[in-house]
Formats: sequence, C-alpha cells, structure tokens
Amino acid sequence: SSHEHKLNFKKSKEVCLSYIQDAMLQKQWKRAAEFLTFYAESLEKDFSTQYMGPSEMIWRIGTEILCHHSHSSMKEFNSFTEQMKTLGVKRYLKVCLEHAFHLLCNGLIDEAYQNLSLAESWRFGEQTAIQDKEMKLIQAYRGLLDYYSWSKQKTILLEHGQDGFEDLSVEQEMHSCFRKAAVNLKEIIKIPGVWDLFVKCYVDLLEFYGDHNEARQVLNEYAYNSKFPANPNAHVYLYQFLKRHGESKKSLISALKILHDIVPSHELMIDFNTMLQKSKKRKKRRLGLEVIFAALDYAGWKENVKAWSCLARQVKQIVISEKHLDWIKQEWNSRKDWWPAFHFSRYLAKRNWQENESLSYEKALVAGILLGKDCKYFKYVSHQGCKAQVKRFRILKKFVNKHNPVYLRISG
Amino acid sequence: RDFNERCAQCSEVNWGLTDGGRFYCRSCHNVTERTREVVNTDFISNTRIQTISKGLRKQEKTDGGCEWYVCEGFQLVLKKQAEALEALGVCPQMKDEILCNFWRRYLQKSKQAYCNRPAGETVKALSVCDSSTDVDSEPERPSLLHLSLSESEGDLQTDCSFASSTSRVSESTSVCSGSVDGSLYLMKNQREKLRMTMPMTLSFCYMALLWLREPMTLSDLLRFVVEGHIPYLNVFQHFPEKMKLCGLDLKIFCVESWPVYEEVYNKMLELAAFLDLPRFPDITDSCFLHPDMLCMKYLMEANLPDELHNWTCRVVKKICIGEADFLTLVPGNKSTRNVKYDVLAAAVIVVVLKLLFLLDDHYEWLLSDFAEESNKNNKEGRPYFEFKKWYKVIKCSLDVEQKKLDEERAKYLWRCEKPLFYSAKKKSKVLKRRQMVVNLQNQFGKLSGSVQPAEKPKPSSFQLSWSEENTDGSCFHGHSLKGILQEKCGLLTAMNPAYWLCTVKLCTEKLCGHLAHYREVDFPQSYHFVLRLFSFLLRIQPSYIHDEVCVIEHKLFNKKLCKKSKYNTGLRK
Repeated sequence: SSHEHKLNFKKSKEVCLSYIQDAMLQKQWKRAAEFLTFYAESLEKDFSTQYMGPSEMIWRIGTEILCHHSHSSMKEFNSFTEQMKTLGVKRYLKVCLEHAFHLLCNGLIDEAYQNLSLAESWRFGEQTAIQDKEMKLIQAYRGLLDYYSWSKQKTILLEHGQDGFEDLSVEQEMHSCFRKAAVNLKEIIKIPGVWDLFVKCYVDLLEFYGDHNEARQVLNEYAYNSKFPANPNAHVYLYQFLKRHGESKKSLISALKILHDIVPSHELMIDFNTMLQKSKKRKKRRLGLEVIFAALDYAGWKENVKAWSCLARQVKQIVISEKHLDWIKQEWNSRKDWWPAFHFSRYLAKRNWQENESLSYEKALVAGILLGKDCKYFKYVSHQGCKAQVKRFRILKKFVNKHNPVYLRISG
Repeated sequence: RDFNERCAQCSEVNWGLTDGGRFYCRSCHNVTERTREVVNTDFISNTRIQTISKGLRKQEKTDGGCEWYVCEGFQLVLKKQAEALEALGVCPQMKDEILCNFWRRYLQKSKQAYCNRPAGETVKALSVCDSSTDVDSEPERPSLLHLSLSESEGDLQTDCSFASSTSRVSESTSVCSGSVDGSLYLMKNQREKLRMTMPMTLSFCYMALLWLREPMTLSDLLRFVVEGHIPYLNVFQHFPEKMKLCGLDLKIFCVESWPVYEEVYNKMLELAAFLDLPRFPDITDSCFLHPDMLCMKYLMEANLPDELHNWTCRVVKKICIGEADFLTLVPGNKSTRNVKYDVLAAAVIVVVLKLLFLLDDHYEWLLSDFAEESNKNNKEGRPYFEFKKWYKVIKCSLDVEQKKLDEERAKYLWRCEKPLFYSAKKKSKVLKRRQMVVNLQNQFGKLSGSVQPAEKPKPSSFQLSWSEENTDGSCFHGHSLKGILQEKCGLLTAMNPAYWLCTVKLCTEKLCGHLAHYREVDFPQSYHFVLRLFSFLLRIQPSYIHDEVCVIEHKLFNKKLCKKSKYNTGLRK
C-alpha cells in the first residue's frame, strides 16, 4: 500500500472514519469513541456535496457507540441525542423517532411518549411539510403508546369490574386514550405500507367498542388494496378476524387462498387444508390436496405430525374411494424425483421411528401409497412397528398391501 | 485627549474625536485638520507604525478591529515561524537578519512596500495614485514601511501607509475580508509578482536556513511543521485581537493540507530567482547538508553499518556531487539541476546498497547466509553484517512506526479554539458548531477510556534511534562489512559483481515532470523496502527517491551507458 505523505482535511477525516468503522466492526467501543473525538471537527467543514454528511455519520456512529459502550448510560445517550437534534433541521424528526425507539427498547415508555409528543408539536417552516412522513410515523407511534395505555386501563377496569369496583376516572381516561389512539392509527394505515402492529391494535380497539364493520373494512383494505405491498400477515389478520366473528367457511377459505399463494409454507395451511378437505365442493378438496403437498415441500414442515396426518388422511380417503387418483398423480408428478430422498430415506425412517412414532406412522402411510410397499421407508417403519406390536402399524401394513396396485397406477 | 491646544474659534481646550479621527472642539464644534496621532505599539509586536493621515486609517472599527494588510499578516506568520525555529536551535541570525531581509526584499520587489509607488491599487484608484499632484498635495506622502522583526531594533520611523487609494479599497472590501486588501490579493494577476501564500512562508524559512547552512533539511522542516513545532496550521491564532480575519482572508491564511515537499521546494527556487539573490554560501564538505554528512546521519538512522560511509563517500566523489559548485544554489540558473540534499543523500545510500547487495530479491539473501556462516567463525569481536537480520529488525520497527504515523494522520486535528467565519452572518452558526464539537469531544473523550491526550513529542532530528548498548544485537552500526566484501589486489571490493539499473533511459523532466516512473510492482521487493524506509524517514513518496537514484546511476555508469545504449536495453550481467 502506498503510504501517502500528503494529507488534507478531507482525506484526514476519511481516514479517521475508516478507523472508526474498523473499531466498530471489531466491537472496540473505546477505540471507536477515541477516533470519534477526532472526527467531530468535520462538523465545522462544509461537506454539502457528499451523499451522507458528517453530522449524520456522527449521529449514527455516536448512537452505536453509546448503545454498546459499557460506561455509557441513558442519561449520556439522551444528552447526546438532544445535541444531534439541533445539528440538522432536515433530520430532526428522524432523530426524534429513533430516540423514541431507543427509549422504548430500554423500557422507558413514559419518556418515549413525552419525546413523541414534543416532536409532534414541532413546526419549522417548509420543513414540516417535507418531513411529513416522519411526522405521520411519530403520530402513529404515539398512537400506539396511547393504545398501550388504553390496554392497561382496560385490564384494570376488568379487574375492578370483577371485584365489583367501578372506576369512572379510569374509564374516562381509557376512552380518551382510545380516541387519541384511534385518530392516529387510522391516519397511518391509510398510507400504503406495512403496518402490522398498527393495524392489529386499531382493530383491537374497534372490536372492543363494537365497530366490527369498520374493523372489517380496515382489514379488507389492508389485505386487498393493491397499493399496499403484498403482506401475508394482512391475510392472516383478516382470517383471524373472520374466524373470531364466525364467518362462513366460504369467506374463511377465500381469505386463506391468497395466503397460500403468497406463502405456501404458512402455518395456517393446516387449518386451510382441514377446511378444504371437509368441503363438499370437489374443487375445494382438490385445492386442499395441493395445499398440503405444497406445505410439505418446505424443510420446516418435515417433522410436523399434523401436516403429515392431514396428507395421510386425505390420501387415504382418496385411495379408499378410488376416485380422483389422478389428483394424487398430478401432485406426485413433480415431486417423485426428490421427495423420496427428501422425506423417505432410510436414515429418516430410522430417525423418525426413534424420535416420533406418530410421525413415522403418518409418513409411512403416505410413503406406502406413493412409493409402494417395497419402499425403504415403509418397509422399515412398518417392520419396526409390527415388531413392537403396535396395533396401528399392523393395520397400516395391511392397508398398504391391499392397495399396492394404486401405487403402480400413480407412478406409471 | 493629549491634545492641549486651544481651539482657534473659542479658545477652549475641550476636544473630542470625530469618526474620521479628527479633533473637534466640543464647545463650538469647530473641526480641525489635526488628526489623532496614533502610536500603535502593540500592532505587530515591536513594529511601530505611526500614521498621520487624514483619517484614512481607521483605528477603531465597531468590533474592536483595525485595518490590516495581507502582507502584514504574512509578516507575523514569518516572525512566529522564525521564533519557533530559534527555539529549535537555529541561530538567531536567521530571524533577525536573514529572514527579515529576504522579506523586505520581497516586499520591495513585489511592490507592496519599500517603494515610492506601493502596489495595492484598484483600477479605479489607479488614477489617484498616478497623478502626482494628488500625491504631492497630501501632507504626508506614503513612503516607506519600516518593519522590524527584531526586538532589538531601534525606534520607529515615521510615516507609513500604503497607497492612498486604500481608502477606496477598504470601503469595497471590508465586507469580504477582515484585511484591507484581501480580495484584491486574490484577484490580482500574479504572474510577475509571485503572490505570497502559506506554503511560501515555509519556502522563505527554508531559503533562510539554506543561506545560513543550518543543519536542517527541508524534510526535517516540513516534518516539524506537521508535528506542530513550527506554526503553520492555524497560525492566525497568534494574530493580535485587533487583526480580524474573515471572508477571503480565510482563503489566504487558512491551511487545510500538509505542506508538500515539491511545492515548497519549487517555490523556494522561484523566490530566490525573483529576489535576484546572488549565489548562496557554498556548501562544503563540512556542512551538514553535504552528502557525506547527511549520508552519515541517514546511515545511523537506518541502522546500517558505519563502514558503509566509506562507500557513500566513494560514490559521491566518483560522480562529483560533493563539489561546492554542484551543491550550492545559484538562483535563476536553469542549467544546473537543483539539489535536494536530503533526497540526494538517501539516494546515494540506496545506490550503495544496490552495489553491495544487488537487491534483486535473491542475491542479498544469499550473501546474508554467507555472512551468517562466516559469523560462526568470526573471532574479530565485531559481527559481520547480515542483511537478513537487519531486514527483520528494520521491518519490525518500520511497521510499528508506520502504523503509528497512519493513526496520527487519522487523528490529526485541523481546527483550533479560535474559530473563523466567512462573514459576520455566519458567526453565530460557526460558534455554535464549535461548541458542539467541543461537547462531543468531551463526551466521547471520556468514553475513550484511559487514553491520555497525546502529548506533542519533543522535536528530534532523528526519528529512529539505535543504541549499541542494546544487548539484543539490534544495532548494526558497528557491524563489519567484511562478510560481503572480498579482497582483490589488496583492495576490498564488493563480492557482488552485478548491478541493475533502475531505468535505462531518463525521462525528460519538462514533458512529464519526472525523470522516471516508479511502480512498486516493477521492482524487486528489497529495493522497494529500502525505498520505503527512506520514504518514511523523509516523509516523501518513494518515487522521488527513485528518481534521484536513477540520476545517480546514470552519472555513475555514464560511460557504460553511452557505449551500450546502442545495443542493449538492459545491463544485467
């Protein structure tokens, strides 16, 4: 490396910054702090042409150091952040917001609330309009904290109610918190974005006060409005809401359909499959099979007994009825090359048998149907099961043997 | 207030001062033509400037400042630098006589003072200055600026003032700079006049040091500057309170980069020619700057055996670079190549190392093994020099020092407590920022742990030192070269029979600015290592030393080159 013997202000600070970054990456907080003291004077120079100026650097680096340094305290952090707020008016709200987050992470909820309230009242000419997004977020988080207070008061009220106490002041406060929270939360979720937490809280509020229509509308918007980014959770929330309110299976299914499209491995796929299996409509049952096969494509489901039992049940049912074997064939077609190694290896047979008998049972059934009675998995497990004289394995063996020709039709 | 004459109109003695600096009678409001005599003793410490003018020179502005000219600022800078050099051991003559006279001559030549028609005119004012009647009609003609850098100077002389047109200058420029002629200074067409800059102050210093043949090379000087022993960065801190800097002054006096060797050196040459200086005092072999002396110093610093000195002297003699005529600076003489004494000495050592060790990443190690073997049977009390051992010791130290230097670069502080602002409007913002910086430094300084603020290291001429008292054998000064020499016809010559030239042909300096082009990958690593060592000691790029090495080689092997250049492209045997 060429060691330059020239040096100017700009280069000197670049070099300093690289030392800070190295120290931070190695978690040498004292060293990082030391070099930051030398970097600080870059605030006195105009770096306006650079993408990220020294004031932002110092804010971010200083925050990191204060978060991790052993001798740092909340007091120091607060005083530092207050200084950073004065450094750049264009960043004011952002700093406020992050300050609030930090306070929340440290459990200082009241301080966070105060900070957010203070920030909400900030006005600075045209900057206020420019930083509109940050302002909305600040209001939203303050709304969230209002929700949190509301929630606490609700709990108190319910307890008192049980004890037979009536507490008007708590009730009033609770309602006022509700109003404050509702206003802000409603605002933010109008803007396209990912607002899971806000949506959940808002819906919770609405449900409590009985405004189910509004709640349904909010959830529908959140899930189906194309301006909003695709968000699996939106559908989950909607589904849960519908379920809570005893909606028809039809609407439940339609809510979960999109979830299946977006996240085939979602845990709700079991519920989905269960519903679909029971359906009278053929299309739905077909979908059910597709859903459960798709879920089991994912490694996270390999050892999920429930999932396997769903599949096993459906496959069994199809085999017994001797109708729609082509469904299984269709599903198996794209999987027959890799599922055997993925799910039905001899190693897995041994392991599953040792660790989880039920799992091995369900899997064995599926394996027996899909791969025939001579496949490694089925042979091993059924043999073990029969040896251990577990009744259901004997039944299983009989069943698979009886329906072996099915395998031939599937695999052909 | 000391004015005790009776008023012409009312015969009272009750004087006040108008804004224009004239006395007026408070009783009858008669304004006189007499103005306040100002003896400003503290202005440029011990320079007394007395102005009796028609209130052209306002002493007190609203902010407590006064009018000052850019060259007065530079004069102050030079004074501070000279004092610092004196504190480092340079003889007082430098400050009191040499530098002072150089500066005066410069002012004269650049028509900023010491002449009948001082410069500093705007286009408008040119007419004022030129018309002699105007000039004559003033009671006190602007004439000489008497400046003294020394405390021992006698009493002040009278009048001085710069061009009478300065009043116009001050009105138009007071907004853009604290100094009177700041904006003019930057605007002027400087081709003939060699405008003064901060790096040029160092050129002045070096020129004075050279004249006196002081034992300080340019690389030493610049290193002291960077280490903070000589005022350069933020030197305006030392300006008196009344000299306010703002606006364009910042561009002139604020430094935001380390001085560059080439720049300072070339400016010095320009300056010497501009000032029409005669041939400098001869550099003889008893001078510190003579290659023989400097080689000795650098050999010691590089922890190389003293015996190598014989070899450096031989090379110096052979290529005649020890001659006073070669070494002495003759300003304006473009035919001789000007000498960078430090670089030259370093290059000589590099050439000697190449002569003895070849430095082709192969032979030097062989030779070292050979010396190691010989050392086993060495009964002479002085070990034979082993290149390998030396390399290990030096590499270790060099890496450590280089790392320290790199950290210092990162930790270099450019700003000082006296903040500068471009205009009065920005003042509050600048001060706020300064306060914030100080706060941050305090807050994170505490979190730095028990790291003490680095004290300024005491200035020293030697950056690396080796003591023979160290029993770990890490000092090579006393080692013998016998291990790598052989006897031939009663003389000790190098075992190494070969030599490789750094470049077969020298570039034309005029075309590309360099005599050779150094790329690390093109040369052996041992060679690069040696260059790196001296590059560190001198704080210059390895390529400068490489250039010099090429020149020396071409002188040394001149005959061979002339003969063979027609046939070969290389001279490797």
